[in-house]
Parts: sequence; structure tokens; C-alpha cells
Amino acid sequence: MEKINVSMKVNGKEESLTVEPRTLLVHALREHLEYTGAHIGCSSSHCGACTIDMNGKSVKSCTVFAPQAEGAEILTVEGIGSPDKLHALQEMFKEHHGLQCGYCTPGMIMRSYRFLQENPNPTEEEVRFGISGNLCRCTGYQNIVKSIMAAASKIRDEANVEKKEIA
Amino acid sequence: MIPSAFTFYKPDNIEKAVSLMSDFGDEARVIAGGHSLIPVMKQRLTDIKHLIDLSGINEIKGIDITGNQISIGAMTTQVELINNEELFKKAPIIREASLQIADPQVRNLGTIGGNVANGDPANDMPGLMQLLDATYKLSGKNGVREVKARDFYEGAYFTARDDDEILISISFEVPSGGYAYEKQKRKIGDYATAAAGVIIRVENNKCSSASIALTNLSDTPVYCDKAVEIIVGKEIDNDLLDQVTKACVDQSDPVADQRGPVEFKKYVAGIVIKKALNRAIERS
Repeated sequence: MEKINVSMKVNGKEESLTVEPRTLLVHALREHLEYTGAHIGCSSSHCGACTIDMNGKSVKSCTVFAPQAEGAEILTVEGIGSPDKLHALQEMFKEHHGLQCGYCTPGMIMRSYRFLQENPNPTEEEVRFGISGNLCRCTGYQNIVKSIMAAASKIRDEANVEKKEIA
Repeated sequence: MIPSAFTFYKPDNIEKAVSLMSDFGDEARVIAGGHSLIPVMKQRLTDIKHLIDLSGINEIKGIDITGNQISIGAMTTQVELINNEELFKKAPIIREASLQIADPQVRNLGTIGGNVANGDPANDMPGLMQLLDATYKLSGKNGVREVKARDFYEGAYFTARDDDEILISISFEVPSGGYAYEKQKRKIGDYATAAAGVIIRVENNKCSSASIALTNLSDTPVYCDKAVEIIVGKEIDNDLLDQVTKACVDQSDPVADQRGPVEFKKYVAGIVIKKALNRAIERS
């Protein structure tokens, strides 16, 4: 089958690749572009381990064909922090034991990353509804929710400090 | 899971898309959000040689509310339906039902057009559109035609859409009265074990108009015309609601599957119908 070119911006960097149209976005990211942050769990759009940000929305990258992402802005877990400067969510997942085996974590973090922009001051119930498309098979939801609540508060505090500094 | 190979097209207008559909016939399929289609492609339950992505066609996106008429482009996503305040004011049942579909990620890509046109009896929008007496606009090689939602579904995955046709929009009148969409599912992301939608007008405790439809309780959505006949014009009391519920359940025809045997589904149907009736009446 004929291959086609696909270009997208991943974590701020222009990328292009030549793939069969049937290539799933998660495979394009992991195998062709070597962004292995998004995980493949169920490959049937249930578990959310492959969640990434596409054009400012959380999507399950196992249920998008690579050519559907032509021209898209993609953000993976590699793009939100670095080992010496973790994102507030990464830091709080670490502090509050928000992961056990860690397999669902990149999906949980990427979904929470977008969710906290949609709702910066959520209730615990809203967090649970917001991450309802992500499964943790260790069933570590209590600490995941705690971590997200703590990150929400940290992000709000940082924003307040910034506002004060500007004033 | 990798689907079999296909050629990919992304036309930028509906004429080009229709012409591709006419050229390739049943070897071609359109893809909207892809969250029903890609899973069945991965399982190789369908063999698609040509995949036509509709996301580049702006004319079939968005929500238009003019006077008493609501028109929704087929490529409008569920999250757009949920977030549109004007739509919520005019037809709040759309938000109530959409929030019960799948999960946040899926609603970001899933579209109303894909949900209604796929013909999957488990999808929520077909029943909702029968409830609202919506009209579907289909564009094909012989032009544009309209089909009522109540006439569109012929069997599981069989609809009135011809091979060369593409659903472009859905329209309905602003509904009036109390509303409810009640869905019982095993977990978030699952399809309904049973779901029911109700829109009802009650004046001085008397029902002046009503509409009731069911999801995933037959191989098509079920519009409960017999139950509507029973309730309209009557004084509302619990006995009447039990009769109406029974008439709806009698019109359902569920099959046994992993969600339970037929008896259980009919039992759950009775519960969601009664709950939907009560909530809609409270809101009327």
C-alpha cells in the first residue's frame, strides 16, 4: 500500500514522517518519532493510557489514524516537564504516590493536564468525572485524585504569585 | 491491533466527498470522529478500501439556531454540543444525553453525525433524535434529500442511507416541556444496558403532549408511539405512569448479550423509563 507523508508539531518541534495511512497515531509517535510517553494499553479506546493532547483537546491516540493528525499540534508527556523541572502534576504524582506500576501514568497526567486548564478549581467529584476515560489497573485512584487536587492547588498558587509579581 | 490497508482521502468540500463515495461504492466509508469505525476496522470486522475523512469540510460543522429551528452539522463533536450555551438553553436534553456518552476523550472526537448515521442500536443519539422528531439531511450523487429520524433505522447497522450518500446535518424544532435522558450502563464508557428519553408537557397535571424513545432495547431505536397515545390527554398519576412504562417495555425487543438476559434488560428498561418519566414531569 502506498505510503503518505504526514507532518505535525510534537512538543513544539516540527516532525514529518512517511507512513501507511492505517498507521495509528500512537504507533507513529512511539515507533516512528520515538516519543514513547504515550502507552498502549487496551488499543480499543477504553483505558486512556495512550491519551495525548491534540490541538488543545485530550484524545486517545490509539483511535486516531496518523493522517488524521496532519497539521496537528501534539503534546505528549515528554513535552510538559523535564527530569530537572517537573510539571506540577508530575511533582504531585510523585509526592502523593499517584502511581503504582506507572503504566497508566502518562495518560493520567496528560488528561489531567488538559482537565485542569478546562477546570482549574475542580471538586474531587469533578476530577473523577474528568479522568473517567482513564483506567488504573492497580486501582490506585484515591492517590491519583489526591495528586490531581494537589497539583490544581499548586498551579493556582503559582498563578497567584505571578500575578502579584506583575502587580 | 492493526486494520487492513486502505487509501486515505481528505476532501475539502461535500461535492468531492460525495463524488469519491459514488466512485468507490461500498468499498468506501467516511470517517468522522472514528470512535465507532476505527475499533471495528482494527478487529477487521469490516473491510474498507477507501477511507474518506470528513474533518476538512467546514460546511458540515457547527450549530445554528434560528428562531424555532435548530440545525446541527454532522461533524459537530459531542463536546461542542455539551459546551454550547445557546443549545443548552433551547434543548437541554442534548447536553444531558451527551454527557452520558462514552468518556471525555471520546466526546472530544465523537460527532453527532457519526453517532446517528452508523446505525448502531447502542448509540444514544438515534433514540434522542427520534424523541425530538429530527430530520436528517443526506447528500448524494442525485442531490440532497431529507429523511426523518423515525424512518431512518431499518436494522442494526442498516439505515435508509444509500452507499453514495453522506449525512450532512440534523435539524429539529426547539422542544418544549420537561425532559430527561436516563441511561443505565455498567461503567463509564459502556453502552447502555437500557436508556430512555422523555419530553413531556403537563398543564394542570394533564399531559398535553409527549414523546418517548428508547436506546439499545431493540435492533433499532424504539419510538414508543403506543405509550405516547396512552399518556396524552390524561391526568398524571402513578397508575398511568405504570401503564405507560409497560407499553414502552412491550414495544422493546432486546437481545441477550454480555449486559444480561432479555428479562433483565426489560426489567432495567422499566426502571429507566419510569425514572425518565418522573424527572421529565418534575421539570415540566
